[in-house]
Amino acid sequence: MGLILVWLVRNLVHDPSDFFSVALIGLTTGAVYALVALGYTLVYGILQLINFAHGDLVALMGLVSSSVVIDAFGLTLGDGTFVIAGGLIVGLLAVVAAGAMMNASIEFLAYRRVRSQSRLTMLISAVGMSFIVQNVSLALYGVDYQPSPTVIPDRAAFTIGDVSYSWSKLLIVVITIPVLVGLTWLVTSTRQGKAMRATAQDQDAAAMMGINVNRTISFTFALAGGLAGAGGLLYLLQFNMRFDSGFQIGLFAFTAAVLGGIGNLTGAVLGALLIGFIQAFNEGLTIWAPGTDWTRSLIFAILIAILVFRPEGLLGERTPEGG
Amino acid sequence: MAAPTPRAGVRKRMSAASRATGLHHARRGWRELPSRLRTAIPLVGLLALAATYPLFVESLPHDVFLIQEFPSVSTGVIMMIFTMMAVGLNIVIGYSGLLDLGYVAFYAVGAYTAGWLASGQFQQVRFHLGSVGISGEAQGIHLNIFLVLLCAGMLTALAGIVIGLPTLRLRGDYLAIVTLGFGEIIPQFVRNADDLGGFDLTHGTFGISPIDSPGFGESLNSAVGLPTSFNQSFDKVNLFYWTAIGLLIITIFCSVRLRDSRLGRAWIAIREDETAAAAMGVPLMRTKTWAYAIGAFFGGVAGAYFGAVNSGAFPSQFSFNISVFLTCMVILGGMGSVWGVVVAGAILAWLNQEGLANIGTWLNNNTPVDFEVAKYQYGIYGIIIVLMMIFRPVGLIPEGRRRREIQEGSGETTRYGVSHQ
Repeated sequence: MGLILVWLVRNLVHDPSDFFSVALIGLTTGAVYALVALGYTLVYGILQLINFAHGDLVALMGLVSSSVVIDAFGLTLGDGTFVIAGGLIVGLLAVVAAGAMMNASIEFLAYRRVRSQSRLTMLISAVGMSFIVQNVSLALYGVDYQPSPTVIPDRAAFTIGDVSYSWSKLLIVVITIPVLVGLTWLVTSTRQGKAMRATAQDQDAAAMMGINVNRTISFTFALAGGLAGAGGLLYLLQFNMRFDSGFQIGLFAFTAAVLGGIGNLTGAVLGALLIGFIQAFNEGLTIWAPGTDWTRSLIFAILIAILVFRPEGLLGERTPEGG
Repeated sequence: MAAPTPRAGVRKRMSAASRATGLHHARRGWRELPSRLRTAIPLVGLLALAATYPLFVESLPHDVFLIQEFPSVSTGVIMMIFTMMAVGLNIVIGYSGLLDLGYVAFYAVGAYTAGWLASGQFQQVRFHLGSVGISGEAQGIHLNIFLVLLCAGMLTALAGIVIGLPTLRLRGDYLAIVTLGFGEIIPQFVRNADDLGGFDLTHGTFGISPIDSPGFGESLNSAVGLPTSFNQSFDKVNLFYWTAIGLLIITIFCSVRLRDSRLGRAWIAIREDETAAAAMGVPLMRTKTWAYAIGAFFGGVAGAYFGAVNSGAFPSQFSFNISVFLTCMVILGGMGSVWGVVVAGAILAWLNQEGLANIGTWLNNNTPVDFEVAKYQYGIYGIIIVLMMIFRPVGLIPEGRRRREIQEGSGETTRYGVSHQ
């Protein structure tokens, strides 16, 4: 811990503006991971299932949004601000709807019928589903990378000293925050959210209380799928994507969810931001940083360390079976 | 449940009813053979068929329905190697119920051990032990491949223990993720470890190549006629094939014997109910770690042998897909069922190697379908996995124990073949 601090401070002193730029990149990436991690944590919360297909769904939705934003709407940098904003919002809604429908169908096809069996059965089914979704992306979009559309001006939204933060990055953070607030409200304060929490605790008891368990689970998957749709679109605004991008996104986001304490919404966001920072610092800083080659190993090492030493995560509660 | 009638009585009644025809006669004779012989005869037949396969593969018909060609001998080698890995993975997933999604890590460790111990990778040293087919002056570590296989197995088992110790305490789905993590870290490590403080451990993306050829050396060649060096031999592929069969047989034998051992029964007890097993005095951690180590051992040997067959170890070989592919073999065959896994492993490896491509070409030529089957192979495996989980989670050839469980669970029929009266 101390060593990491020393390392960060060393980099900060070396080149402060560079350090803050990298940190902002981390914030942006973290915000995207947060949306995806929320999807993992929602599903895990209700079914104790690691939804392997989630990352691939994000990738598919990102690819779909590339065709919506670029091909269908034909948005370019030259359009007026309102056109771009309107197009993006409509695109976002479309992708969210598509993701919600897709994830609910995945649950219906691959998980519902094996729910009564052991948890590993469902997990293996999820692994299979992940490959199916990935191949759907492959079939629709081929092996080429879909370019990140340049519709949002790269102009700086604000500048402090040498550090500037572009609109395209700010937008992502701006979208993530209301989503998180809305989601927390939905889960803690609505009837549907209560049904979700009840189902998560005990499906049989929830059914006896008159909750439609199947519908509640479908709803949860739809919610997670919607988040995957939003995550896919926002990820695409940052990076090029192709059919297998989902593997890495999914694993990083899952690590984030575990880091924050799986099943815990705020934890997922916190974990995602941390992962975003770790990735950005590792790839962006110049002094003693292991570099891009090692990002995956680093993230996985963190994941393994958390699971071994603190399986309940940063904000999770220790459960009897958590260990 | 009705009181069990003695088996002999039942058999007498049944045979009395079916004395009529010669077919029944033969069937009765077959049934009265000792059970060992009943398993041994088809096995020996199958083995003879497999061992002589290279000799008659050329005369098999070409342009077969759907599959076009029967698998070539070199495909056979790869089928054997993957089946071996699947049988090793079956110990972890099937016997002990530990979902390991990073088995490719062991394959990688095995292949790289072969690279380290039987190639010119370490130019700083010169060490030869039973090396064949290369000059005795060559730099690097050159052990005989058969020694290397053993070393690779042991090193990989050690890696399995190292990976297992911190992770095996975890619950099933977390274990799956952590093993997946190791399965990603190790390939990335070998890809990047070409400059560890100036030391080239793995030669980066280029991989380690060439790896020495297997062989038995001059003295054994002149004494009993075993080939000196595979790569310098005329029927190289056949030699690799027969060695692969030998390794596979050893793996299957060990696997079956282990299953029926004290350790194997402890694994199955853990799989069925961890708490109950612990209450019965099964040491959980030690037993699970053994499952990991032994499963890893076979993965390592198979990986090292694959390295020898390819004459190289390359980081691009070790992707997550391979882990899933192997898991798919175990699931399809039936978790815990050695023979099921062998059959499924051989079929899937063949599909992966040439089968899917052949089937795709056949479909495109002979039907209106126009579909690149090989491109979507992992999607096809995904569909297989999901369908199996939904409709037949026990696999194609379920393990005997599972089969009995299902039959017992199905209600009124008793195990003794007597109806309720």
